[in-house]
Order: sequence, then C-alpha cells, then structure tokens
Amino acid sequence: MYRINRKEVLAPSVNLFEIKAPAVAEKARPGQFVILRVDSEGERIPLTIADFDREKGAITCVFQEVGKTTRVLGALNEGDSVKDFVGPLGEPSRIEYYGHIVCVGGGVGVAPVYPIARALKEAGNKVTGIIGARTGELVFWEDKMRAACSELRVTTDDGSYAGKGFVTDVLTEVIKESNDIVLCIAIGPLPMMRAVCNLTREYGLKTVVSLNSIMVDGTGMCGSCRVTVGGETKFACVDGPEFDGHQVDFAEMARRALIYKPQEKLSLERYLNESEHQCGCSHRGENNDNRVQK
Amino acid sequence: MDAVIEVKIMTTEYKNKKTLVPNKYDMPVQEPVQRIKNFQEVALGYDEETAAAEAARCLQCKQAPCCRGCPVEVDIPAFIKLAARKDFAGAIKKIKEKNALPAVCGRVCPQENQCEKFCTLGKKHNPVAIGRIERFCADRELHNGAVPQEVAAATGKKVAVVGSGPAGLTCAADLAKLGHKATVFEALHVAGGVLMYGIPEFRLPKAVVQEEVENLKKLGIDIRVNAVVGKLATVDELMEKDGFDAVFIGTGAGLPYFMKIPGENACGVYSANEFLTRTNLMKAYLFPGYDTPIRVGRKVAVLGGGNVAMDSARTALRLGAEESWIVYRRSRVELPARHEEIEHAEEEGVKFRFLTSPTRILYNDDYWVTGMECLRYELGEADDSGRRRPVPIKGSEFVIDVDTVVVAIGQGPNPLVPRTTNGLECSKKGNIIADPETGATSKPGVFAGGDVVSGAATVILAMGAGRKAANSIHAYLSGQTTTNS
Repeated sequence: MYRINRKEVLAPSVNLFEIKAPAVAEKARPGQFVILRVDSEGERIPLTIADFDREKGAITCVFQEVGKTTRVLGALNEGDSVKDFVGPLGEPSRIEYYGHIVCVGGGVGVAPVYPIARALKEAGNKVTGIIGARTGELVFWEDKMRAACSELRVTTDDGSYAGKGFVTDVLTEVIKESNDIVLCIAIGPLPMMRAVCNLTREYGLKTVVSLNSIMVDGTGMCGSCRVTVGGETKFACVDGPEFDGHQVDFAEMARRALIYKPQEKLSLERYLNESEHQCGCSHRGENNDNRVQK
Repeated sequence: MDAVIEVKIMTTEYKNKKTLVPNKYDMPVQEPVQRIKNFQEVALGYDEETAAAEAARCLQCKQAPCCRGCPVEVDIPAFIKLAARKDFAGAIKKIKEKNALPAVCGRVCPQENQCEKFCTLGKKHNPVAIGRIERFCADRELHNGAVPQEVAAATGKKVAVVGSGPAGLTCAADLAKLGHKATVFEALHVAGGVLMYGIPEFRLPKAVVQEEVENLKKLGIDIRVNAVVGKLATVDELMEKDGFDAVFIGTGAGLPYFMKIPGENACGVYSANEFLTRTNLMKAYLFPGYDTPIRVGRKVAVLGGGNVAMDSARTALRLGAEESWIVYRRSRVELPARHEEIEHAEEEGVKFRFLTSPTRILYNDDYWVTGMECLRYELGEADDSGRRRPVPIKGSEFVIDVDTVVVAIGQGPNPLVPRTTNGLECSKKGNIIADPETGATSKPGVFAGGDVVSGAATVILAMGAGRKAANSIHAYLSGQTTTNS
C-alpha cells in the first residue's frame, strides 16, 4: 500500500496527491510517469510525475476527475492509501542547455510541465512559461511556474482570469516577440498539443509533446499505448512518453483514445448510481467507505 | 541398443496382461457448450481413485525413459509409485524435490512432447497420464496444506531474481532451499509473470498460481511487486549498492511482435499480450465489477498458431464473440500449440483458416476494424526449422469479415533490463546470451534463463533454465567455480 501523505484540491475536480514511495522518488526524473491502481478491482492508470521529493520519499501527482477511476481516486484523503504504485516509467525529459525554450502547459498539463521547466531553467536555459486553462478557477500553480520559469504568461479561454485566449494565441505572441526560441515543450489535452504543433510547424520550431495514451502495464509489454510517430509505431510507455510533436499522428491518437468510451461511460454511471444510493440520508453514517464520500 | 532393452522390459512387464489398462483414464472436463460461457477451468482433474488407478498403469520400467523428457528432471517413476499406493503426500514431496510449481506444470506442460512422449507404455498404448497425476498430487496438497520442505542452513548470501515468472520463481525456490536469501523483483502488481497475465484462467486458475507462490514464500523468498528493475535500481546497482551477491534475470518474452502491415494500429487490433493481460491479470471478463475494460466484436481473427493464439481465440469466445478464427500461414500439422489446446479450441467452436496470412487491416472512418485482407499460401520447400515454408499465392487476395484482430505471432525479450545493464551481451534479436548449461552471462555474477534467453518457449523450459541457473549460482557463491568470470 502507498500512503497519501498530502492532498490538495487545486481547482474544482483537480487534485494533488503527494504519495509516499521512497524508491520511486529516489529515481524519478522530470518527464517520467507512474502507474497506480486504487484497489484490487481497479485498473492501472498512468499519471505523469508532477514533482518528486527525494528527502521525503514522495511523488506528487496531479489529476483531473474524469471517469470512474479518477473519481474514486479523488475521493481518497490524506492518510488513505492506494493499492499499487509503480514507477518511474518512461524515458525522462532531455534536460540540457538549449538556449531559449517555451514551456506550454494546458489544463492539468501544467503539473507535468512544471518539473521540466524547473530543470531546464536550472540547466541554464531561458524558460518562457505559458499556462492556460478553460476558465480562471482551473488555473493552478501559477506561483510555482513563475518561480520555475524566467518569465510566465497566463491565459484563460474565457478571459475570466489573466488574458483571454488559447495558449496558442499566447505562443504566437511569444514567437513573434523573440527570434531566439529553439525548443517548445507542450503538455496538455490532445487537441491543445495538436494545435500547438500545427502552429510551431509553421515557424519551424521543434516541439516536444508528452503523450498519455491508454496503457495497461506501462513497461512495453502490451502495446496498448502504440502511437505512430514519423510513420513508425512507437510505444508511448517505453519509447516515450515524450515525442517530436511534428511527427506524431494526432488523428490516430485521438481515435485510439476513444476505444473504451462506451465502457468508461458505463463504469462511471454505475459508480455514480452506487455513490448516490449509498450517500442518501438513510444510509448516512453507516458507510465509512471513503470511495463514496462527496 | 535402447530398443532391444525396451522390448525386453515390455515382454517381462506385459506378462500379466490382465492388469494392463491400454488407455489413459479420462479426466472430466466442462462440456464445451457450457464452458464457452464461463472462465472456469476446462479440465477438472482426477479424483483420488482415478489418480491412483492411472498411476497403477505405470510399468515402473527400470530405464524410466519418461525422466529423459522432463526439463526439470522429476523422478517420475518414484512419484507415480507413491501415487499408486495413494501416498499422495509422499508423491508431492518427491515431485517438489525437483519441481517448484507442480500444480502449474500438471496443467500447462506439453507432456505429449516431454515425459509422456517417452513412456514405454506409450509405444503400444496410451502413455501414463503423468501430467494429470502430477496435477492431482499438487492440487491435493494445495487443498490439504503444504508439506513442509527442507531448507539448508542460511549461507548469508543474497541473490536478486528479476522477474517472478516460471524461471524466476523456480530459481528463487532452488536458491532458498540451498540456503541463499532470494529476493524476487516483479514489475507488475502481482507475482507469477506469464502464469498470471498470459495463460487464461480457464486453463490455469489464478488462485492456483497464487497458492503456489504463497507456498514458495514459506521457503523464505521475499517477493517485491511493483518493482521495475532498470527503472528503480538497475542490475548494476543491485549488486554494487544493494549488496546482492548474484543476480538472475528471468524477465521473459514481454515484447509483443506485430505484423507490420497497414491498419495494425486501428481500434480493435490487439496484441495477444494486451488481449490476455486485460482479461487475465486485470480480469476484464468481470467488467464492470473490475474496472479494466476490453472490447470484443462479433467476429475475431487471431493471427498465429501457438498456445498464445489458442488461448486468445478461446478467450474471445468466452468474452462473447460469435465467431473466433485462427488464421495461420502454415497448415494444421505445423500448428505449434499443445494438442489438448487445439482439441479444446475445436470443441469450443474455434474455426481455422490455414495457409492464410493478412496483408492489411481494413477500417472505417472511426478507425475501427471492418475486415482483414489476406493472401492464400501453399507449402514449399522445408525451411531452417524443418517445416515446409509457406509461400504466398500471387493474386489470391481476399477479405475476411472481422471486427477484432488479435496478433499472436510471438513475443521478443523486453529490452528494459538488458538495455540498462552494463556489460551484458545480447543477440541481435535482443535475447540475453547465456550458457545453456549454467545460465552464466557475459557479466560476472549475473545469470539468465527462460524466454529472455531462449525466445518465447514453454513454462517448463523456463523452469528448467531457472533451476540450472540456481545450481550454478550456488556453485558461484560457494566459490566452487569461476566459469562465470
């Protein structure tokens, strides 16, 4: 069992967990991911590492509650544990001196971008950070990112906080303002990464994306996570998760991401029905199962 | 010379023809119509009377040719003799001197190519059902509680075993019996390797595997799950930092091969590894009770002809497929799968398309599989493996109507450990190069065995390699040999 040392609700349905896993923390590097399983009936889900603390022996993960598993996970609290936690998986980001780099984080993608930006700045790079969210209340880690980057720009799709516009709008500004950018790193929802790549391709700006495709084992054993990169099939779990965004077949990825849509829907509905029933007043106090706390 | 002696044995033993039972006693099985609707075990095992009666068929011939066919060198006549006397506790103890996982082997060994192939009785009649008797003895022990095994005094030596499949578990068990402290590192969340993720529940119940694993723990083996060697500590670090005196690598054949044909990344195309892992390890057949989903359409094509292909085709039926096809580029006689699995698959309604191989997978606008274009083949000259080479017939393209494709054409070694270990020599295909007799690799103190060395093979061959390595690790640790340096 792996204990949740700290939980922080970063935004509505966006949670941060600091999970005790000293062996993983010892080895973790920016860009890598972990796979966890909440309980013995649970599925294995990959989460990109948002931070690691070797002294405390802890890994920080940030996730958005979307389907059943992330909701069950989100219902856990400090002191609870997850059944399985394995990592660090995948290849770490290539941290070296490049020059001027733009790090773009969209939605919960801000979390995995953070340790990469920090490491790149520590390696002497000038790092311009761009973070974006759908709306103001979903913006998180602005201060941390500001500290990790040389310069930070924030935007929201609806303009409810900071500037109004997509991260690609801000990225266009940044590219136009400075002619020394040599690399872009973009992590976020698929459509965002795709849009960033379409934009940077026009400018011939090399772009690295981090792919979170459907996985089972995360060690190259099943091939569930296969993606086409530059016309070749790659496994996101062992060959990635980071790839040259201009080579990624995003259309294929988007369609593969929907493979289990009907099952995910069924699973979530079933979970919500059960939670509703068990949380009804007549049952209050009888069920201490933290999976159903609201 | 062998033949002459065997004839003599047969003439002496066959004197009492009245007691000779020419055929194996049948083992009860779930009826096909029933079993394709569930994941419960197909073969139900002997009862005590039948096991003893089957054991009594053994001629107890002095040469015991059966032993020649056993990769882990079980003293077969000895345990059969005990079983015939209904001393099943004695029989299992005898088996376990050499075989750490008898309940597994009794179920999944290809006995027809091993012990039973050489059985004297088998020359004229059915061979003794050695596997079924082994299974009965092992199951009885699991049911009644394990017979304690002797463990040598602690040597103070520590060995890291990477991978908890059949090779790793056998190696760890043998090392523990020799007094060494074995720590097994497993990447997945449960021990057992292919026994858990690959071989289906209906052929090898996962509870049986876990009971065997629990029994091994009683020998003092420490098993660490969720531990990916190469990502956490590397093999070098295990030896230099963590104080392990030797390392055994038994990481198996965990890298799925694909056909490299157009359309292979379409939705509905699975590697057999994924298809079976979702079903077995993650229990997708119990979805939504278990969270991991799997999608099986109406018509499934499984590419390949080995045990993994049979397992996939039979799994597809149980997951609700209306049709499940084995598509194999050679003919029936070349099918590498175990006979029993082919028979069971046929009984269950799995259909076969021989001399056929796909050229591309067709899909719709949503990227879901809608069919598979194939070429017909004919058999040409014999190839390196001695089997007749399949040759495509030009212009014979045709389309099979399928909506799910499972690629079961083999697996390579997972590169994670070889890639992160300094000074470990590997073949072009990525298999670790190890001495077949000792398991010694090019790196001092590091031994390897099982599929990661041999390429995808059987459970029992991996176990054989695990125990050979354990013996040479023991010799290495005892300073009796320096062949490894």
